[in-house]
Amino acid sequence: MVGLFFIYPYINMLLTSLKPHGELYATPTTRLPKSWQFDNYLNVWAAAPIANFLKASVVVSVCATLLVLIVSVPAAYYVARNRFKGRSAFLLLVLATQMFSPTALIIGIFREVKFFGLLDTWPALIVVNAGFNLAFAVWLLSGFFASVPVEIEEAAMVDGCTRFQALRRIVLPVTLPGLVTAVIFTFVATWNEFTVALTVISSPARQPISTGITTFVGQYDVAWEYLFTTTAIAIVPVVILFISIEKYLVGGLTAGSVK
Amino acid sequence: MGGNNVKKRRPANSIISALPWIGPAILLILLVVVWPAIELIRISLTKISSAGALEGFNGLGNYKLLFENPDLKTIAIRTVTWVLSVVFLTVIISLPLAQLINQSFPGRKFVRWAMIVPWAASVVMTSIIWKWMLELTSGEFNLTLRQLGIQKGQPVDWLRDPRYSFFVLIWVAVFVSIPFTTFVILAGLQSIPHDIIEAAQVDGASSWQVYRRIKFPLLRNSLLIATIINLINVFNSFPIIWALTRGGPGYNTDTTTTFAYKMAFVEYNMGPSTALGVINFGFIMLIVLIYLRVTKATRDQA
Repeated sequence: MVGLFFIYPYINMLLTSLKPHGELYATPTTRLPKSWQFDNYLNVWAAAPIANFLKASVVVSVCATLLVLIVSVPAAYYVARNRFKGRSAFLLLVLATQMFSPTALIIGIFREVKFFGLLDTWPALIVVNAGFNLAFAVWLLSGFFASVPVEIEEAAMVDGCTRFQALRRIVLPVTLPGLVTAVIFTFVATWNEFTVALTVISSPARQPISTGITTFVGQYDVAWEYLFTTTAIAIVPVVILFISIEKYLVGGLTAGSVK
Repeated sequence: MGGNNVKKRRPANSIISALPWIGPAILLILLVVVWPAIELIRISLTKISSAGALEGFNGLGNYKLLFENPDLKTIAIRTVTWVLSVVFLTVIISLPLAQLINQSFPGRKFVRWAMIVPWAASVVMTSIIWKWMLELTSGEFNLTLRQLGIQKGQPVDWLRDPRYSFFVLIWVAVFVSIPFTTFVILAGLQSIPHDIIEAAQVDGASSWQVYRRIKFPLLRNSLLIATIINLINVFNSFPIIWALTRGGPGYNTDTTTTFAYKMAFVEYNMGPSTALGVINFGFIMLIVLIYLRVTKATRDQA
């Protein structure tokens, strides 16, 4: 029952996505489609530029994720292994950024992006998303790195590995679950991001899926069936990704607080 | 978590040797978080045209304009109501839910997976799905009410009727906040050692007593964390309101967050919008400081 409660809206979405347009407002309304219109999933690609939306979302999410990895892995590793002046100040800075969402700073972000001449471009979305998701990765990964005994690494270095080689060959494989979690989390967060995309991207051709779908709504005749085939295409993959990292999600989001 | 394995025998390094490792992260944070924050504060003290051109120092002129706005007071009160009621309802519902999925029963995995769905799905998309479910004639909600015989005569227009629209928004916000909150509380529940509970049961404590006297006090920390993170998220919550009502009709369902956005990007009234942005930012800053303070104790133990 409880489980059903949480997925019911999404079941409703799937059922509506399979109705022919004429059935949407038919009276009497039925829950199940009378004729199952699986073609909706084929026709939607021609009815709306969703291939463009998906391409934008994939490019932006993949690039933001890569950027987060490149920046967070060295930082998390160093913080987990070394004590240095300013270490706790750095951790505090990271923790504070995790608490902020771009929404509160949106005017500042808009003006900064404009200053760099990056309005209506993907690089702007990539960098902003990476910045706001960095904290999750740094906290989660430093926890994983800290759990790898230093001795293993030192043994590798005695055997002639450089520190970087030791990191790459010994530590990274052991901390793979952490890396996968950081990757999936950043990807999904960027995929779903709405406010920055709405503000920064103006041309329809560059919209990611999160803002692209709103172009279906607000007209007199909303094509709900196509709207929901699109949301289904956008939601199902990220749900599967999130379920696969269920175990680690809470740890990363409440890092530094709940043990 | 983080850094509990630091070897004390190594001497403390200087920040210079750390920079190649943590420098890029600091740079990214400065660029994406600190710069916009400073820019926001600077603009709020500057005269700015509707096209976005800066026209010199303006002191507190933008703030004065903002506070002269007759709608601000209602919107501020609504924002407080919005944040408190969403967070309160979320926590109250999540507590028993966490307790439930902490027990083993057939289908437990299904429930946990089902609860991840609203968490993973985009909030805008979830809001749009609710918009359809609350639709006047064909929406699931009115359909069910009719079939149960509760609703007779005219169907209710949940999103446009000012008597209901704000409650609908609160409901959708609670719906999307529950999964995260429940999982945080669940993590707290699972960290309670079994022997304590068993010892209490051996001593004859009822399950309610175990919950009230042992589990609840030990959950205090997770509850606090979940509440604070939710306070920030709900205060920042933009997509739900934007997708469902755009803050309308008029300013009827605006919070300070959507109001600031509307002034800046719909009405091109940048000045007062930046002032409100700074106030919003300051409010979040305050909660973040409380959060850092509250979590410091656990971090130091780590």
